[in-house]
Amino acid sequence: MGTTQITGTPRSGAKGGGIRRSLKAVACAASVLLAASAGAAPGTDEVNTTGLAVTDDTVKVGILHSITGTMAISEIGSVQAEKLAIDQINAQGGVLGRKIEYVQEDGASDWPTFAEKARKLLRQDDVAAIFGCWTSASRKAVLPVIEQYNGMLYYPTFYEGLEQSPNVIYTGQEATQQILAGIDWAVKEKGAKSFYLLGSDYIWPRTSNKIARKHIEKKGLKVVGEEYYPLGHTQFNSVINKIKLKKPDVIFASVVGGSNVAFYKQMKAAGVDFTEEEPLLLTISVTEDEIRGIGGENVEGIYASMKYFQSLDNTNNEEFVKAFKDAYGDDMVIGDVTQAAYLGPWLWKAAVEKAGSFDIDKIREASPEIEFKKAPEGYVRVHKNHHLWSKTRIGLAQTNGQYKVVYETKELMEPDPFPEGYQ
Amino acid sequence: MFDGYTTSELMSIFAMQGFAGLSLFSVFVLMALGLAIIFGQMGVINMAHGEFMILGAYTTYLTSNLFQTYLPSLFGGYFFVAMILAFVFCAALGAFVEWAMVRHLYRRPLDTLLATWGLSLILQQAYRSIFGAREVGVDLPEWMMGAFQVTDLVELPINGLFVMIIALSIALAVYLLMFRSGWGRKVRAVVQNRPMAEAVGINSAAVDRATFALGCGIAGIAGSAFTMIGSTGPSSGQAYIVDTFLVVVFGGAQSLIGTIVSAFSISQAQSTMEFFLSGSMAKVLTLLVVVGILMLRPEGLMALKVRR
Repeated sequence: MGTTQITGTPRSGAKGGGIRRSLKAVACAASVLLAASAGAAPGTDEVNTTGLAVTDDTVKVGILHSITGTMAISEIGSVQAEKLAIDQINAQGGVLGRKIEYVQEDGASDWPTFAEKARKLLRQDDVAAIFGCWTSASRKAVLPVIEQYNGMLYYPTFYEGLEQSPNVIYTGQEATQQILAGIDWAVKEKGAKSFYLLGSDYIWPRTSNKIARKHIEKKGLKVVGEEYYPLGHTQFNSVINKIKLKKPDVIFASVVGGSNVAFYKQMKAAGVDFTEEEPLLLTISVTEDEIRGIGGENVEGIYASMKYFQSLDNTNNEEFVKAFKDAYGDDMVIGDVTQAAYLGPWLWKAAVEKAGSFDIDKIREASPEIEFKKAPEGYVRVHKNHHLWSKTRIGLAQTNGQYKVVYETKELMEPDPFPEGYQ
Repeated sequence: MFDGYTTSELMSIFAMQGFAGLSLFSVFVLMALGLAIIFGQMGVINMAHGEFMILGAYTTYLTSNLFQTYLPSLFGGYFFVAMILAFVFCAALGAFVEWAMVRHLYRRPLDTLLATWGLSLILQQAYRSIFGAREVGVDLPEWMMGAFQVTDLVELPINGLFVMIIALSIALAVYLLMFRSGWGRKVRAVVQNRPMAEAVGINSAAVDRATFALGCGIAGIAGSAFTMIGSTGPSSGQAYIVDTFLVVVFGGAQSLIGTIVSAFSISQAQSTMEFFLSGSMAKVLTLLVVVGILMLRPEGLMALKVRR
C-alpha cells in the first residue's frame, strides 16, 4: 500500500473524502443518537469533527517504534512505557469517557519503513495520536508525513534540538537543557576549567558538542580537545592517551551504543579511575539501559546529565517504577527515554481534555501550558515551542548500575530548541 | 601539528602511540589470521568470520558466568579455560559448516561468499534469540585490570599486553603448524596442486575440513580476547570484518607473512595519525593509502610467487 495513497487529501480539510468519509459520518450520527439516549460521555460528533477513529466507547492511537532491527533494544522500553501509560489511563476511565485502543506498528529500525507506517496509521487507521520514534533519523522521516496528514506525534528521546513542528510534542529534553545544566554544574560544583569533548560521529553528538563548546567558551573556559569516532568503533587507546596528556578537568562524552563498552573498559585499563574524580567524566548518552551492557563496575564514578534516573526519590517515581516492574518484570531498568515515553499518553490525555475534543488542531492549541503533576520525573509543563519545561539532574553511577542523584536544577529549565547564535 | 607539546611530551606521545599501535596490531593479527588461512589456503572468503569471533566472545561470557557462579575461587584463571573452549566450539562449528555447506561450493567462489554471508546472518539472529539484542559485558579478573606505570605519562594497560602475547603466540603456533609440521606440508601441497597431492595419497577433503576448522577456531580465540577490550553483541562481528578484509587483502591474500606485515603497517599508520588528526580522519587517510598501494601492487604487499 502506501505508494498508492500518496495523493490523499489532508484529513483536517473534511471536504474531500468520498464514500468512506460519508459512511463514517452516517456512523457518527447513528452513534450520537445512541450515546444521547444512554446519557454517557460527550457525543462523538462534538469531540471529533475530522474523521478520526473515535467511537462512543473507544479512541484509537498508534504506537510506532522499532521492535525488530538494531534499534529494537532501545525502543522496546519506550513501547512498554507507552502501553503502561495507556493501560493506566484506561483503568481510570479513559479519555473523555473513551477507552484508548492502540495499533502498534514496527518501524523495523528502517527510516523509510517508519514513514510508511506513519502514513498507514494516519490514513488507514485514522489514529488520534502517534507515540513513537527514537532516533532523530526516524523522526525526520516521519515528520513530513505527520505534517502532510495533520497527525500528532509524541516523541520521547533526548535529541539535538534545532527543530520544532506544530505536529510534534517533544517529551525528551532538547540539547541545551541537557548540556547547559551539566556544564554549569561541573563548573560551579567541581571547579572545572577545561573540557575534552568526545562523541560518536553523527549528528546528535556533533550538535551537542557544538552547543557545549559555545557554552563553555562563553564562560571564558577552555575546550582542550574535540574528537569523534565512527559508530561501533572499539579502539580508544589514542584518544585516551590524548586525554591523559591534555589533562582536562572534564571529559564530556556522547559516545553511543556498543562503543561505550570498549571506551569505558579501555579507560579503566589505562588506569583512569573515575572514583577518584580526576578527571571527571560527564556523559549525556549512558542511561541505566546502557549500563546493563557496559557493566556497572566499568562506569562506577562517572556522572550523567539527564532529566530522569530510575533512582529518583519521589512518590510519583516510586509508583511508576513499581507499576513498570509489576508489568514487565523485576529485572527491568528504566532509563531517561523510557520515562519520557511514559509522559506521552498522559500529556495527550491532558490536552484532549483541555480542548474537549480529539481534533488535532484543537489539541495543538490546547497543548502549551499543559502540566503533568504525576510525572515520574516530578512535574513537567509543555512550552509553547512544544518541548517540555523540565529539571535537569546529575547522577553519579554506582556499581549496581543505578545512578545516585547528586544535583538537580532548582527551577524547571526552559526548552530552547534554537539556541541563540547557534546557526 | 606538534604545537603545544614539549619534547619530552612528544617522546611520551610516540611511546604511548607506539604501544597503542602495537595493541591495534595484535588485534588485527588475531582478526586476520583465521580469515587469511581459510582464504589463502582454500580460496574461500568466509563472510561469517566476524560471527565466529562473536561466538568465541559469547563462549567467554558464558564461561565467566559459570566460573562466577560455581567456581568463584578460580575466577582469576577462567580466561584461559574460556579461550580453549572458544577455540574448540568455533573449530567444531567450522568443521560442521565445512561439511554441510562449504565443501559443496569449492568450485564456485562467489557462491561461497553468498553462502557464508547467509551463515553470518543466521548466526547473528541466533545470538539475538539466545543472548538478547543488548551487548553483554564480560567481567575481567582483577589482575587483568589496571596498567604498568612506566613513566608519568606512559602507562601500559595489562589487557593490551595480554592481547599482544596471545596474538604473538598464535601467530607463532600457526607458523610452526604451517611451515614446520607434516600437516602444514600437506595443506600447502593441496593448495599448490590438488590432483597431484591426492595422487600422492593426501586426503584433500580432510585437509580442507581441518584448515577451515583451524581458521574458525582462531577466530574464536580472537573473539575471546576481544571481550577484554570491546563489546559483545549479536552484530559486533560486523564492526571487525571490514578491517579484517582490509588487512588480508592489503597483505596479499595468499601470504600469512603478508598478513602480519600488513597488520603492522596499517595499525602503526592509523595509531600515529589518530593522535595528531581526528579518529575519523585517520581512518580515511589509512584507507586512501591502502587503496593507493593496492593500485600499484594489485596482489597486495607480499604476493605469493607462483608460476602461472
